[in-house]
Parts: sequence; structure tokens; C-alpha cells
Amino acid sequence: MMKLSLGPILWFWSKQTVFDFYAKAAEWPVDTIYLGEAVCSRRRELKPDDWFDLARDLKACCKEVVISTQTLIESEADLRRLRRICDQDEFLVEANDQSAVQVASRHHIPFITGPSMNIYNVATLKVLAKQGLKGWNLPVELGRETLEQLISGLKQEGLDLPAEVFAWGFLPLAWSSRCFTARHYNLPKDNCEFRCLQHPDGMELRSRESQELFRLNGISTLSGSRYDLMRELPAMERMGVNTVRLSPEHQGMEEVVKRFDQVRRGEVPATDPLQLVEAPPCNGYWYGKPGMDLIG
Amino acid sequence: MELVCPAGSLPALKTAVDNGADAVYIGFRDSTNARQFAGLNFNDKRAAEGIDYAHSRGRRVFCAINTYPQPDGWEQWKAAVDRAAGLGVDAIILADMGLLDYAASRYPDIPRHLSVQGSATSYEALSFYKDNFDIRRAVLPRVLSLDQVRGVAKHSPVELEVFAFGSLCIMAEGRCYLSSYLTDESPNTRGACSPAKAVRWQETPQGLESRLNDVLIDRYGQGESAGYPTLCKGRFEVEGSVYHAIEEPVSLNTLDLLPELQELGISAVKIEGRQRSPAYIADVARTWRQALDNLARTPGMFTVENDWRNTLSGLSEGGLTTLGAYHRKWK
Repeated sequence: MMKLSLGPILWFWSKQTVFDFYAKAAEWPVDTIYLGEAVCSRRRELKPDDWFDLARDLKACCKEVVISTQTLIESEADLRRLRRICDQDEFLVEANDQSAVQVASRHHIPFITGPSMNIYNVATLKVLAKQGLKGWNLPVELGRETLEQLISGLKQEGLDLPAEVFAWGFLPLAWSSRCFTARHYNLPKDNCEFRCLQHPDGMELRSRESQELFRLNGISTLSGSRYDLMRELPAMERMGVNTVRLSPEHQGMEEVVKRFDQVRRGEVPATDPLQLVEAPPCNGYWYGKPGMDLIG
Repeated sequence: MELVCPAGSLPALKTAVDNGADAVYIGFRDSTNARQFAGLNFNDKRAAEGIDYAHSRGRRVFCAINTYPQPDGWEQWKAAVDRAAGLGVDAIILADMGLLDYAASRYPDIPRHLSVQGSATSYEALSFYKDNFDIRRAVLPRVLSLDQVRGVAKHSPVELEVFAFGSLCIMAEGRCYLSSYLTDESPNTRGACSPAKAVRWQETPQGLESRLNDVLIDRYGQGESAGYPTLCKGRFEVEGSVYHAIEEPVSLNTLDLLPELQELGISAVKIEGRQRSPAYIADVARTWRQALDNLARTPGMFTVENDWRNTLSGLSEGGLTTLGAYHRKWK
């Protein structure tokens, strides 16, 4: 049976909200939980030690825990946090940048690459395997056909590298040194007043025709529609996908996890729609179309 | 510091060389490079002519193969590396780890430069590329502030090239999927951002509209000058206000920072714009050549001359330039 994972929280939530979320998640039928700040260096509601404490608690609840690292590494302070995360031997690390690959491999820490690592071909996977790669996420802009080719290419090479697919949530699409939330409030990034805390699922960016295009989330930009590959689960299973990633949201997450669990167990048809909050669904990337499209 | 100029055609290459480029970068006429435009770039014959032209004048030519091959494109991308090697380019500009590995093992003697599309923003990332593929140089993404560039430069195991002038990407390059979200092409997959095939202009009673795959990117009132609908430079609505929510249409111009870049030990400054005309390349290359020569002649006394500034402003998006992330204020 395919595994279910909870990706790192991409939004900025208060410490208590994060603790409450994972207290509940400990009871959910997810196999793997990614913990840590993957977006903005200014988001420090939880310190590295808080994350490690949480990781130990969740491990005690029989969850596989992976510690995520920041995607855009810009400063010496970012590198210090990265080294702190890699200076342990209890947990796998999610590398979201080559900096993390470099530091993890130097510490002999096995790692999984997140969706922002550009893995487009088998030769790249072979390079990373030599560094300690234990699993990898398909980049969000790639689809079914490429994934099939990558998985069969790995088989031909005799490499056992489990594939994970971002299958539900707002897609992380871009990272910048500029903060778009601070920009909206006319605040400098260095003095942003942590406005992201007021937007636990980002700020909607619409066209002037009210089309939902993107979600602004600090320095990152996410899709305006919610990626939903629930009904592709049977195809993923056939293809040999190891893990299906669900991206945390502060409302309705339990329902999402339950439904994906039912579908992976074959208890509910994959085509049953999941009624959720307002954002429209999309699945274009999976079919090699514009990501925002909804096919079928 | 070396001046690295873009060339999307043989006339542009010759113009760049004639106007003072130390090196010129080119790409093949397909999606193996990050400026895939109809009618742009080089076939092998033109590339050979260009390389001859540059080499006979003591200048160098780099070849960009800086998009990300998927399995069904692997042979084509690998062949592009073979072609570049066969043509005798002075360096290959690469981003994909698989392709870097191929180039390093097959052609160890041809220098490899890490493309800006390789998203290396720290010296640890640079060390990864150095240790694994023995890159000689890296082009830094345009997201770093000058202080951050200083931090990277201090510990960098390789030569650094930074963007000096041209269009400004405000997202970390190589990891921006906004274009493929709205269209089916991105810089990584097809070497295209906001591709021309998806662009539509429309006069409406509300004004001139620019659309990308039908998505309204901007609408211009009378007297407003319209720009290419690069999706991150459109006007959108966030919480009731309509504004350039991501970035204004401005160009990067770092003339003012030249002395600092030199002091940091930056090896080369790069001009963006293989899609630009030879006339544009001539003006930009000549201006930057003068500035660099001036800097070399009188270090410590460098000032930006007004006619350089005017020339470059005239060539910029909306006539506006910015120091981008290099400038602290931007943060």
C-alpha cells in the first residue's frame, strides 16, 4: 500500500497552532510527517529544538519523521540553521536546496529531496544517490508521463529510490528574496511585523477578472487552485509510487487525510469528489498541461 | 572584471564582440537553453562562424545548455553538450545535475559554468557543484543582496559571475514554476517564461488588455505604456487593491555597484538579453565596456557618467531601472 505523508507546513502559524495541528496529526492515518520551516528565515515561532522535540513525540506515535530545510538559502544564519538540522543522527532530512545536500552528505545524514529540487532525469537521481539520497519528490511541474519514465529508468539502473508525489494542496511555485506579504502591507521585509501570521492559508492573488491565480505566502508564491490528485491514486499505485504527499492546511486537513486513506485502501472510489473549502481544484501538471487546468 | 554579453544571432554576436564584450554566450536553436524564442539562437554552422569571429579577436564564447532534460529529451540534451564540445566553445553553461555529470565525465577539459538556473545562492551549494562536477564558475541568482553576495564570495570555491543589466527575475531562478502553471511551458522545461505563443493583446472599452493563456495579466489605460506580459509583472488584485503585486516592470542596472562588485572579487558581469536586437546589444556592450575600462583605469575614483545612465535607461523596461535585490532597500 502506498504511504501517505504530510508535507512541511508552508504557511506561518503560531507555535500553539502548530502544536495543536500535530497533536491531531499524530492520530491521523499518515505514515510520514515532514517537520520544520521550509519557506522563510524570519519564521521562528518554533526553534530547531522545538521541532526536534516535536519530532521525537511524533516518532513515539509511530510516525516516520523527516526534518525539512529551507528552500531559499541566502545568509550565513540560514546555513547555521541548516547545519544544526544536519548535526544529528535521529532523523532523515528533507533537502530543498543543494546546500542541504552538501551539508547532509558531509554529515553522512541520509536525505530525501523535496519538490523544489530539480530532478528531471535519472542521471540526476544517480548523482544524488551517491550523496545519500533515500527518496525523492517529483518536481511539481512534472506529470505522469515523466514520472513513469523516471521510475522505469531507476528500475533499469537497479536503483531503489522511492518516489513521492505532491498530491494535494496549494502548489509551491516560486521563492523570492522579496516578501510579497510585506509588500502588500507596504512594510520592509526586515520589519514585516510577521503579517503572515494573519494569513494562515496565504493571501489570494486574483486577476482583475477575479480569477484565482496565486496565493502569496511571504517570500513564496503558491498556486491559486488546489492541486488534487486523489483520483489518480490507483494509477500511482500501479506505477510504483511509494508515497503520496498532502500539504497541510489549518482547516479540514483531517477530512483530507481520511479520504486519501480510504481511497488508497480501496474503500471509497477515487472518483468520489471531496467537498472542501472554496478554492477550485486543478490537476493540469499531472497531464502535461498548464498546472492550473482541471482535466476530466 | 570580465564583460559577458548575450547573443541570440550571429549579427548580435559580432556586434557584442565589436563593442567590447570579453565573452559572448549563445544557445542552440531549440529548447536546450533558457531563451527559446522563434527565430532566435544558433545552428551549428552559425555557431562555428560566431566562434571563429570571436576567437580570431581574442574573445571567448560560452554555450548555454541550461534547461532541464526529462527522460525523453535526455539524448537531445546530451547531444547538445556533444555539439558544443565539437564546436570548441570556451565553456558550457549548465544547470541540470545529470547533464553536469555527463559533461564533467565526458569532457573534463571543457570548463563548466553553473547557470543561474542552477539556483546556487550559498557557498555550500557552490561547493556541492564544485565537488561533484568541478565547475569553474557560477552565475549567481538575482535574489541576493550585496551583503549576501559578499558572504557567498568570501567562501566561494569557484569564480562568480553576477547579473549586471537587463530583465530582472525576482524569483530564485531555476525554481520558478509560475509560467508552467499558467501555460504549459516554463524556463526549466522549455526554456520559456510567459511564452509568446500564449500571449494575446486585445483592445477593449476598458483599455488595452494583455493576456497569457487567456489569463488577464494587465490592462492599460490611455497614455500608459504597455509591456510584454511577463506574468510576475502584471497588475493583480490582492485583498481589494489592484497593483503590481509581485513586481513592477523595471530592469536591473548595477552600474553604481561596479566598484563594490570588483572589491568582492566578482570575476564577471553578465548582461541579460539574448532575445534583444544587435542595436540594443551594441549600446549596452559599449556602455558597460566604457564603465569597466574607466573602473580599471581609475579604481577608487569611479563615477557613473550621465550618458551611460541615459543610454541604459532608454533601453530599460518602462525606462525604469532598479538595483534589484542587491540594494538593501529592496528587502
